Amino acid sequence: MVQGEALLKLEGISKYYGTFKANDRISLEIQPGEIHALLGENGAGKSTLVKMLYGSLQPDEGRIVWQGEGVEIPNPATARDLGIGMVFQHFSLFDALTVAENVALALPPGKSLKQVSKELEEISSSYGLPLKASARIHDLSVGERQRVEIVRCLLQHPKLIIMDEPTSVLTPQEAEDLFKVLRRLSDEGKAILYISHKLAEVQALCQEATILRHGKVVGECVPADETPISLAKMMVGSDIHEISPRDVPVAHGEVMLQVKDLSLAGISGFDTALKDINFMLHKGEISGVAGIAGNGQNELFDAVSGERLSGKDNVTIKGEPVGHLNIQKRRKLGAMFISEERLGHAAVPEFSLSENVILTRHGLEKDLNKGPFVSRRSARKVKDKIVEQFDVRKGSDDPVAQSLSGGNLQKFVLGREVMGDAEIIVVNQPTWGVDAGSAAHIRQTLVDLAAKGAAILVISQDLDELFEVADAIATLSEGRLSPFVPTRSTDRHKIGLQMTSGTVENA
Amino acid sequence: MTYLSPIIGLALALIAGAIMFSFLGKPPLGALYAYFIEPVSEMWSVHELLIKAAPLILMGAGLCVCYQSNNWNIGAEGQMIMGGMAGSILPVMFPQIAGPFVLPAMLIMGVLGGMAYAAIPALLKTKFKTNEILTSLMLVYIAQLFLDWTVRGAWRNPQGLNFPETRRFDDFARIAEMMPADGRANFGFVIAIVVALAIWVMMAKSMKGFQVKVIGASPKAARFAGFDAKKMVFFAFLLAGATAGLAGIVEVAGASGQLRTTISPGYGFTAIIVAFLGRLNPIGAIVAGLVLALTFLGGEAAQISLGVSDKVARVFQGLILFFVLACDTLILYRIRLVFSAKPASQKGAA
Repeated sequence: MVQGEALLKLEGISKYYGTFKANDRISLEIQPGEIHALLGENGAGKSTLVKMLYGSLQPDEGRIVWQGEGVEIPNPATARDLGIGMVFQHFSLFDALTVAENVALALPPGKSLKQVSKELEEISSSYGLPLKASARIHDLSVGERQRVEIVRCLLQHPKLIIMDEPTSVLTPQEAEDLFKVLRRLSDEGKAILYISHKLAEVQALCQEATILRHGKVVGECVPADETPISLAKMMVGSDIHEISPRDVPVAHGEVMLQVKDLSLAGISGFDTALKDINFMLHKGEISGVAGIAGNGQNELFDAVSGERLSGKDNVTIKGEPVGHLNIQKRRKLGAMFISEERLGHAAVPEFSLSENVILTRHGLEKDLNKGPFVSRRSARKVKDKIVEQFDVRKGSDDPVAQSLSGGNLQKFVLGREVMGDAEIIVVNQPTWGVDAGSAAHIRQTLVDLAAKGAAILVISQDLDELFEVADAIATLSEGRLSPFVPTRSTDRHKIGLQMTSGTVENA
Repeated sequence: MTYLSPIIGLALALIAGAIMFSFLGKPPLGALYAYFIEPVSEMWSVHELLIKAAPLILMGAGLCVCYQSNNWNIGAEGQMIMGGMAGSILPVMFPQIAGPFVLPAMLIMGVLGGMAYAAIPALLKTKFKTNEILTSLMLVYIAQLFLDWTVRGAWRNPQGLNFPETRRFDDFARIAEMMPADGRANFGFVIAIVVALAIWVMMAKSMKGFQVKVIGASPKAARFAGFDAKKMVFFAFLLAGATAGLAGIVEVAGASGQLRTTISPGYGFTAIIVAFLGRLNPIGAIVAGLVLALTFLGGEAAQISLGVSDKVARVFQGLILFFVLACDTLILYRIRLVFSAKPASQKGAA
């Protein structure tokens, strides 16, 4: 390798999913020993790009240049042979196996478990990442599990380490320890591609940053020279045309749904606790909740929908306390819910569409269930109505849910929930993983419903979406919800900063 | 493929059985004939087949519901015993009570006994998150020993010459035979068919059946639909317990006419195979119940005509379950043997 030559160069990398450009002519350069940040909101295309680097996806266009030579990376094994290692956001470890066994699985065969144990304990102690080779994964803390991932990656002697949101699961102290290790790796000449949306971290750690938005590189900078505000601005994009919010009367309509003093502890270690949530939904208005994934969005949705019960008075629908009622009883009061996950939550993947109609319309739709029996004929009729009204495209008459594309299934799910007299609609990530055409259709539907008098809560990570449809916006950060402010009186910078720092005051 | 798999499984079990017989020094084809064909070549033995099929069909159909809703009730055997005992309370402890209402009352008590016993693992699962596979299985042994203790003790026939069995039931406490001229088969078989069909209707047409399937297929979607998973645990266990309890009292008030130290040669465990061989479909359980009843019958026949142990029946049942499950798995997955020292390529491709 010639001195001063880039370790990795991406030249015009593009990746398409149908007409959707996940990555659009991305170029970036990483020098040896550099800690390079890849910044962007969720859905900006960071994961797609990284998967192409690690060989899990193939670029449709563009060139990857590794140490001055154009390379193809058909699979992760090739990436590892080249010297590209990856530490995943979601750990890919087997719970029931020991640390050494997990590490050995990722290494080329030929080494005994004893050898692996010895090497991994050496390397882990030399980097200050103490690990016991014989410990079982399920006994380890989240931070320790990440150490296993890192050590596993280091044992392959990589020249470039890709870290996908490494601190999203760590305590601040654990994160500090991790940074020490990363700085040391950088001193040894190993380059690190650091994926994050936490601005403070990136400023403290990274020497270079590439910012992605909507699949494109929108900026390159030295993070230390920037302010959190300027970084947030690049990330969420204030330069794009803002659609002015709809005109709504200054006076609020009737309160349709209210959440009062709602606090819920997380059920498992990965849940975010909800802390003292208060808000109201008004008739004819769309309220948007912004926030980065994992800050309590799903927990908030579950509590409002009744998938998780709370105190009786924590949630009221049209003045009636419903905190103790399950989701179907809340639906009967006119509230409808659309969850983030389509398959396996809002729909049973292996059931037909008409059966999925029964899933949430039972007891609501006339003729759907007579006495103890289900009428499949009327389920099919309802299905036909949804398909026609909401332009659901499908291969056969009544296909299984999992055979539909994301966009079409989302239109079906949305249609199923809003076709009746939905007065209150709570929707989590309405256009997540949905193609642009369907997304526009879905947003238009929400706006139309509000115009007809529905009270709508949209929880979304897509700021553009919220600014397009919402009348008022609040942010959810670490389980706390900020007060709603009219969309007109705020902007992307303030919201973006609030999302990343969680403090309202700095905005 | 769903329906092909049990057929392939049965065929493979037969081939393995033939190999086993030849190792035992028996002519394989002749042995298979003696095992599977001869027992149903005469009318009286067809009757015996129906007697053995009745409890298998009843419990198999009940277990279909359990397993479809992801509740792994392994304890039908114990629930059957408790049903048989609860149903026997009237004829054993109050033999003076007579009348046409006794038999229906016995059947109802049998059902309740099975349900009560099945409620224990359901309660443990919902309250303490105990693994129902373990609790329901261990409760089988308790039931077996409880039956043994009761029949040897408090319920022993005072006029029974100290044999460990209860008094014989009067005719009004017995399930009538269908065609007494030809053989012993009683209306218990009809009850079994009716119950299996009713469960099929429930699964295919009712809201409850829909709930069972949603909870089994996707617990999160079930929560989204407002279906209560805990109530479903009770529903599935109580339904399976009811069918097992009914099977118990049908066996006691039907074929045997009294309680002995054992009620069942393992019908409750075989019913697990019935449920899987029948594709967790209650109508499939009717067919599978008849097939597995034949393995019991063939085992008895083989003991006499071939001079092999009646444990051969268990071997066949095991082979059938093994091959059916293996077919299910291998139809969906491919086994790739890796010998070379190439690096594992797809690790962490997520």
